[in-house]
Amino acid sequence: MSRIVFLEERCKGCRLCVDACPVGIISPSGRFNHQGYEVMTAGDGCTGCASCATMCPDTAIRVFRTVRAAEGGKA
Amino acid sequence: MNSSSMPTPDALRPRDDERLVFDAPASQADRPTHYCPGCHHGIAHRLVAEVLDELNVADRTILVASVGCSAFSYDYFTVDALEAQHGRACAVATGVRRANPGSVVFTYQGDGDMAAIGLAESVHAANRGELITAIFINNTVYGMTGGQMAPTTLIGQKTTTTPEGRHLLGEGGPLRMTELMAGLDGVAYAERCALDSVKHVRAAKKALRNAFEVQLRGLGFGFVELLSGCPTNWHMTPQAANRRISEEMIPVFPLGVTKNLLDK
Repeated sequence: MSRIVFLEERCKGCRLCVDACPVGIISPSGRFNHQGYEVMTAGDGCTGCASCATMCPDTAIRVFRTVRAAEGGKA
Repeated sequence: MNSSSMPTPDALRPRDDERLVFDAPASQADRPTHYCPGCHHGIAHRLVAEVLDELNVADRTILVASVGCSAFSYDYFTVDALEAQHGRACAVATGVRRANPGSVVFTYQGDGDMAAIGLAESVHAANRGELITAIFINNTVYGMTGGQMAPTTLIGQKTTTTPEGRHLLGEGGPLRMTELMAGLDGVAYAERCALDSVKHVRAAKKALRNAFEVQLRGLGFGFVELLSGCPTNWHMTPQAANRRISEEMIPVFPLGVTKNLLDK
């Protein structure tokens, strides 16, 4: 399964990634960073498409794609 | 309240069966920006940095920063930079580029800077075909100074200086910079893009690449207009700002390439 990692101290809580995710796995986490912004969290089912990172104005997301994705079909 | 933390180094390392498919570009400075939540400046900065990395020109690139929210853009790139007087980025860039013929020079300007106070300098630099790339952020307001009317403000849009909405007769209509630039002989590439969706952001990156490509090939002035959101001065959420771009801005500012000398 692919995964994303949030650099939480960079996040400004704008939630553009929430809208950008085609599988809808990103949601507010209820946790706040030192700037006072609510950071996001990602559930299971990431496809590694990087749509969230493409829309993130603060480059706060890193995307790791599973190399052998073909074996398991849809991640 | 639980506080957040930065990820551990292990979490940021690809595992054996993984590949890092999205990372910050090397020419983007590793520091937080001062921009508001949901502001599209951050996306535009990242796209420019990605293009500089892909073209492998970052070590000879010089940024000419403007006045406005993007005044501090020199802090966010790892390239050499200087700050121009309000509106004069294209004039300053002309001097920088002519004095350093091997360099790659770009300006990064908002609509108040380029289309209002700096219109003459921008248009004349473009008309002379200066070998620079101008990146124009159009968010229909003066962002830094508190949301006053810009030349690109839409008809009917309420700003602090048009409290009853902008009127065509009185304040004029929104200035379409891409069409204006495309009409000049010195311009080699002009395209308008938007930053409101994944698809549009990916198209914007291609446009930025082309606008730098014309400079590298010595074809003339490269120009890209990016329709961007300003949630703070539009008084809306970042999500609503994105919808405003697609529903209200794009009908007035049509997307697409208006001039391209790359293939000729």
